[in-house]
Amino acid sequence: MSKREFTCIVCPRGCHIEVDDDLNVTGNSCPRGKDYVLSEITNPVRVVTSTVRVKNRPMCVVSVKTNTAIPKSKIFELMDVINQASVDAPTHVGDVVVDKPLGLDTQIVITKEIK
Amino acid sequence: MIKKDLVVVGGGAGGLSAAISAYKNGIKDILILEREDHLGGILHQCIHNGFGLTKFKEELTGPEYAFRHIKEVEELGIEYKLDTQVLNISKDKVVTYSNPKDGLVDVEAKAIVVATGSYERTPGAIMLPGDRVTGITTAGTAQKICNITGYITGKRVVILGSGDIGLIMARRLTLEGAKVVCVAEIMPYSNGLQRNIVQCLNDYNIPLYLSTTVSNVIGKKRVEKVVLSKVDENLRIIPNTEMEIDCDCLVLSVGLIPQTTLFEKLKVNYGNNRGAKVDENLMTEVPGVFTCGNALHIHDLVDFVSEEGDIAGKGAADYLNNKIHESRKITFSNGEGVSYVVPNFVNADSDAKVNVKFRVRKPHKTAKLYIKSGDEVILSRPLLGPVPSVMFNIPLTMDKIRNANNIEVSVIDE
Repeated sequence: MSKREFTCIVCPRGCHIEVDDDLNVTGNSCPRGKDYVLSEITNPVRVVTSTVRVKNRPMCVVSVKTNTAIPKSKIFELMDVINQASVDAPTHVGDVVVDKPLGLDTQIVITKEIK
Repeated sequence: MIKKDLVVVGGGAGGLSAAISAYKNGIKDILILEREDHLGGILHQCIHNGFGLTKFKEELTGPEYAFRHIKEVEELGIEYKLDTQVLNISKDKVVTYSNPKDGLVDVEAKAIVVATGSYERTPGAIMLPGDRVTGITTAGTAQKICNITGYITGKRVVILGSGDIGLIMARRLTLEGAKVVCVAEIMPYSNGLQRNIVQCLNDYNIPLYLSTTVSNVIGKKRVEKVVLSKVDENLRIIPNTEMEIDCDCLVLSVGLIPQTTLFEKLKVNYGNNRGAKVDENLMTEVPGVFTCGNALHIHDLVDFVSEEGDIAGKGAADYLNNKIHESRKITFSNGEGVSYVVPNFVNADSDAKVNVKFRVRKPHKTAKLYIKSGDEVILSRPLLGPVPSVMFNIPLTMDKIRNANNIEVSVIDE
């Protein structure tokens, strides 16, 4: 039986986790570690963080994130969506910039207050 | 002269937590002095997520983590001044600051928390060889330019040093369309957290070359090539191992150093962490002057910076309420395998809990931590795969150490 090895990225502890062919998970310190490796095997996902242009402020961008993790394979496509978006200040934490980008069940939301 | 019970120098993660903590412990007359035009410090440019897992039990981005603290400071009505540079702290705790509105002002403080963060090691500090041309930048500067103003510092990038900011920037620049050719690390192991190697380098197929450093930078006006070479176990460049890389930008992620300039006139002593020596309340050798966060020692997790701010703020409140009684000092020192320990001394009569923080000198597969008083082992526990990039934070209860003179923390290979 073969084993696959992972470093968990859920928290900074970075557990070293092993999964065998029967999806038995060992080495995780918490349930989130198990969820993480099972997702890594079937459909690896990441929260994407970036910035969008603030039109009415000079040399200014505001930070954004996807409010759920999205498939890793969609990251660069999502970056195209983010790079085409722009907002006006003031901005507020949690404001939605793009709803369901690429048809994904997520939102691109603002993470910073700009006055 | 303006008088304040507590002046907090620095409105980043450490300073905000210190101010909030002092307020909640009964001190209302507080002034936070912040150099930038916003509170929150370096968190503003750390737009990635992973903050707050310890403190808020959820995964926040840096700006969101800062926002929660800024909101609390504003709700509590704690006074702060932005665009304000602190120039001096005198022995009698007069804080001199300047800003465009107030000019040059002296504030007489009864207590002070110095939470001034850290600064990055520069090309000069690592004696970077080659041409000094446009396109050489530190990772934090590249991060600020990218995440605050929206510009990237190069299109083909080599990163020297595998500190966390360098790894984060490898991913960030890649997402923004740059080609990050590789990350080179002079040590035989990474200096960043393993999770950042995975999600910032492996996810984007960016190679990490260990035992490798920059042996030349070539360019006329701008970086045109970076030459990498292998190093031996003494970190000396091995001849004929050169690898020439075409690039227009070299990003340095080669370490942070506590910003301690304001302690100069106070004649404090410094620990091996390069921050001022402190006791269990994070009070320096000058009574009433406290320090926390990256100004004290470099952290990898902001949650621990906030925790230190809480301790320093409570310490300042206790000091102002005459609840701090200095007594015989138990000294803490780093023994074998440990590069530094915080705190540096503990009051033997203290009833505070003591969080012992330290880093190991080199990676171990398995090792054992020993906290000893002379030959007596006070605490020992196995450490699984400790690496220098991870700070340890071990709580100790006073009853175990009260009679000791010196506590030595060591980590031995098993």
